[in-house]
Amino acid sequence: MDLKSLTIDAARTAVQERKTTALALAEAHYARIKQEDRQIGAFLTLSKERALEQADRIDRMAAEGKTLPPLGGVPVGIKDVMSTRGVRTTAGSKILEKYIPAYDCTAVARLEEAGAVVLGKTNCDEFAMGSSNENSAYHPVRNPRDLSRVPGGSSGGSAAAVAADMAVVALGSDTGGSIRQPASFCGVVGLMPTYGRVSRYGLIAFASSLDHIGPLAKTVKDAAIVLRTIAGRDPMDSTSADIPVPDYVAEIEKPVPGMKLGVAKEYFGEGLDDDVRQAVETAIDKLKGLGCEIVPVSLPHTPYAIPTYYLIATAEASSNLARYDGVRYGHRAPGVKTLSEMYRRSRDEGFGAEVKRRIMLGTYALSAGYYDAYYVKAQKVRTLLTRDFDEAFTKVDAIVTPTSPTAAFRLGEKSNDPLAMYLADIYTVTADLAGIPGISVSCGETKEQLPMGLQILGKHFDEATILQVANAYEQG
Amino acid sequence: MKVTEKDVAYVADLANLELTDQERAGMLRDLNSIFEYIERLSELDTSDVTPMAQVSDRYGVDKTKQGSARFSYASREDILEGLRKSLPREEALANAPDADEDFFKVPKVIER
Repeated sequence: MDLKSLTIDAARTAVQERKTTALALAEAHYARIKQEDRQIGAFLTLSKERALEQADRIDRMAAEGKTLPPLGGVPVGIKDVMSTRGVRTTAGSKILEKYIPAYDCTAVARLEEAGAVVLGKTNCDEFAMGSSNENSAYHPVRNPRDLSRVPGGSSGGSAAAVAADMAVVALGSDTGGSIRQPASFCGVVGLMPTYGRVSRYGLIAFASSLDHIGPLAKTVKDAAIVLRTIAGRDPMDSTSADIPVPDYVAEIEKPVPGMKLGVAKEYFGEGLDDDVRQAVETAIDKLKGLGCEIVPVSLPHTPYAIPTYYLIATAEASSNLARYDGVRYGHRAPGVKTLSEMYRRSRDEGFGAEVKRRIMLGTYALSAGYYDAYYVKAQKVRTLLTRDFDEAFTKVDAIVTPTSPTAAFRLGEKSNDPLAMYLADIYTVTADLAGIPGISVSCGETKEQLPMGLQILGKHFDEATILQVANAYEQG
Repeated sequence: MKVTEKDVAYVADLANLELTDQERAGMLRDLNSIFEYIERLSELDTSDVTPMAQVSDRYGVDKTKQGSARFSYASREDILEGLRKSLPREEALANAPDADEDFFKVPKVIER
């Protein structure tokens, strides 16, 4: 079976028409995982029992001649920050090594209701904190295109699983670029929806005002199918918006001529690799050739995005991660005598270096005397960054940028310099702060044959437009 | 502004982290380097800017109302067995590092 070209529709149709079975598709992917994943390390836990049960249900539907749901029999991977009932969920952390959730994340439940077969849980940076997947407490993920390089992060396992045909699509999460940057590094499509478009219920919290769930896929259409499935109001997440979900799959086919695309010089400055610059400029020319109008826009506060992000994200993280106290679930240090000693030692033993660093940074920014100077200041700059986009979107329908300033770097290259690692997210964090949607599509290869990404940013709740542009680019 | 050893110890205490001497030294170095970078935010005059805590401030809110009333779209009745049934006790206790049949167990808190 050729897994390389297997898209959602191809898989579903083959199962529907009885050319294969959901069971055979799942087994073929497990065989591929067995063969490839020893080297790549994209999966942390396989949920074979759950997958085969679901596959059997889908196969019985097909045998009875029933119309399969949109993802009927489609094998998927789930980033290990999303809770799965009965299936170990670690968030890439030792502190949750033995954690078995009692309920499902809404996005996962919606995928399964739509027929998806959950193969397992994909590796990620601990609590989604990282840009290289080297912060996983278990093992790093290697880029399927070049095993000496990182797949990006934090959804590195999800991106690598899709890139190496170990899943047809996967769910990731994006707080500062964690879907789009690994998609760019691995040569797949990664979509971060608008904040509030997809429920966060059951997503292990990193920074609640910035966390988004979205798909990593082989094609723009597959990303649209997944978004259509997981989007929409969920009473379990009060920040999920009560705004109708369009049929993204129909929307992507709409023609792009006449569409106005913004190009901001702030995204083409110092630090941008020449190969990436060239590839993105070529991509912009191609979009122009497809009939789009290219309009210069300015996003003047862009240089302040990374410091703003690292204050807000870490402040929220320090609060969210206070729950890991060794009482109700998670690691508890052995042999402790007092409650205070139990908290400290459990957290010391359970958290990795980057997580501790971010908890410290966030706690500092929130502490008495610094709260206004750092946390409130960052929230104000967040307003300015959002206004930049509001202003730009009065002139254009979408904005095109590089996804990341470089292609995939080598393992170990940035792991001793946290600031250098943070700068890998320089083109992605602003969209998280503003809450606007963004998609990364592959736009060619560097001289070393490494994939690069074109990022398309859109207005709040206008995923349809960025999917449309991405689809036109991909098909054109 | 410079983060000191004393700050690191104080913040670690607030965050319920112990940290080894080596970790504290690393933290001192990293926090200083990161805060030095963060300092660039002070270049911006934000005296008239409203802080943004949530993206949801920008949609769905009823702007004619004040405070949490603005988010009435997200409100629901406060019901005991509402959106999801409470977990059975044994399931809720299943992940606990230490528990008996009814309760989570922790080291003794009150000294006699």
